[in-house]
Amino acid sequence: MTYEIEPVESPSRLRPHLIQMPAVDPAKPAAEAKDQPQTKVQIRDLRFYYKNFEALKGVNLTLYDKRVTAFIGPSGCGKSTLLRVLNRIYELYPDQRATGQVLVDGEDILDPRQDLNLLRARIGMVFQKPTPFPMSIYDNVAFGIRLYQRPGPRELDERVEEALRRAALWDEVKDKLHQSGLSLSGGQQQRLCIARAIAVKPEILLLDEPASALDPISTQRIEELIADLKSDYCIVIVTHNMQQAARSSDYTAFMYLGQLIEFDTTETIFTHPMERQTEDYITGRFG
Amino acid sequence: MSIYARRRAANVAIMSLSLLATAAGLLVLFLILWSLLRHGVPAISSDFFTKNTPAPGNVGGLLNAIYGSFMMTLVGTLVGAPIGIFTGTFLAEFSRGSHLAQAVRFINDILLSAPSIVVGLFIYEVMVVRMGHFSAWAGAATLAIILVPVVVRTTENMLVLVPASLREAAVALGAPQWKVVIMVVYRAALQGMLTGVMLGVARIAGESAPLLFTALNNQFWSTDMNAPMANLPVVIFQFALSPYADWQLLAWGGALLVTVAILALNILARAVANWSNFGK
Repeated sequence: MTYEIEPVESPSRLRPHLIQMPAVDPAKPAAEAKDQPQTKVQIRDLRFYYKNFEALKGVNLTLYDKRVTAFIGPSGCGKSTLLRVLNRIYELYPDQRATGQVLVDGEDILDPRQDLNLLRARIGMVFQKPTPFPMSIYDNVAFGIRLYQRPGPRELDERVEEALRRAALWDEVKDKLHQSGLSLSGGQQQRLCIARAIAVKPEILLLDEPASALDPISTQRIEELIADLKSDYCIVIVTHNMQQAARSSDYTAFMYLGQLIEFDTTETIFTHPMERQTEDYITGRFG
Repeated sequence: MSIYARRRAANVAIMSLSLLATAAGLLVLFLILWSLLRHGVPAISSDFFTKNTPAPGNVGGLLNAIYGSFMMTLVGTLVGAPIGIFTGTFLAEFSRGSHLAQAVRFINDILLSAPSIVVGLFIYEVMVVRMGHFSAWAGAATLAIILVPVVVRTTENMLVLVPASLREAAVALGAPQWKVVIMVVYRAALQGMLTGVMLGVARIAGESAPLLFTALNNQFWSTDMNAPMANLPVVIFQFALSPYADWQLLAWGGALLVTVAILALNILARAVANWSNFGK
């Protein structure tokens, strides 16, 4: 899991391989190439304001279903802001507003008539710091399910188990489901939050630096989890860790100062970026 | 003298003054407790808990006053605590720094520091005068008004301490705001809120001034909330000022009982604060 960057001495226009791409299953890209990615989210001329400060300056971007898209960029570039627009969680704060269009399956979620609770039930989110609720592990996962469905006790048990299994947490917690979610370790808490998010079967999963507070082993488990969940969800991940973006995403968006500088497949971004700024950033020479 | 030596000297001086002040405070506290125990313990007997306030020279206890204090504190808490909790919730969760919230907070702070006798006078005007007689209801209403600002303040403070990330996480699952507050934020702040209510109860349990002209007193056994009712603080006030030795003894016993009860409530509040159901 080391952060390998080859020193680049040749002129940058040669666009050498900048970062070693992680080994991938050779069968996988071929299989993926067959089914063309389907558009899930279309962002059009999105502008975002904190009071009078314009944090996003006209972003246009497409997110694909059953693919992982990584947002990278230096702190303050707007990548978390962009993520927080996708489920309109910014609405909690009266000084924040967005203009433009965000079409999810063709429907503009920035429309004021949009029901925010129903929208957020469709779009799951996992935060940088683990946020288990002060209740049992079981109730943490069941919380979201109970909000919009009335499953019987047995079905609820199954849904909770399924979510915990998918989040690769079941084996560690199956004997203590009724202990507090706060009693788990940081990495376990984060997987609990992922289980909680996927238990409601959302269409899109937003991950805001989900592994930045975790140790390398927990980070690896989260990344394996993302790879596994990709088959069902449109996943967006904000990360500061370039290796993580390279390892776990299919597409990468590089942002800087509130603008989308470059968007392409992760392989292209990390090997042949079109923009000088992108290349400088991913080689760690950003100035 | 070097700077260092001066600092050391200043440190010793400040430390000594602080210790002295602490010792003085503790000394007074222990003197009070000691005299309460010395005079109050002899009053505690089975009669004390089973007989009503006597006429001078007769055998009696404080049963009616204990019952009255308990009932009025209970009703005052049942009325005041929900109002305080809801108001605190409004301030912390729903008002978002509006002008209304600022006004409510300001008025609450005034109420918090208002002398309790003023609250008693207010209830005397709006309840006792209109009803034409003193009553336990009026006493309970006074206690409720004194309890509200305490609970408002502690509830708001405890809710504000709950991290915003927890609210965001619940909102991100599609939970409406009222569910976020009741199912997540309240749970996270439960211990602090309970502590606040208990501190409020401890505060009103010992109030005498506002009961003087609302619940008045009653030397007989009465469970009628619509009539004057005996209560410990006012009985202590009357009996302690009386010339009769047996009344004075009962007053000491009552003072001890109130003190022990409030002490127990405070300890309970701390125990609840430390008791961590979902801590670790």
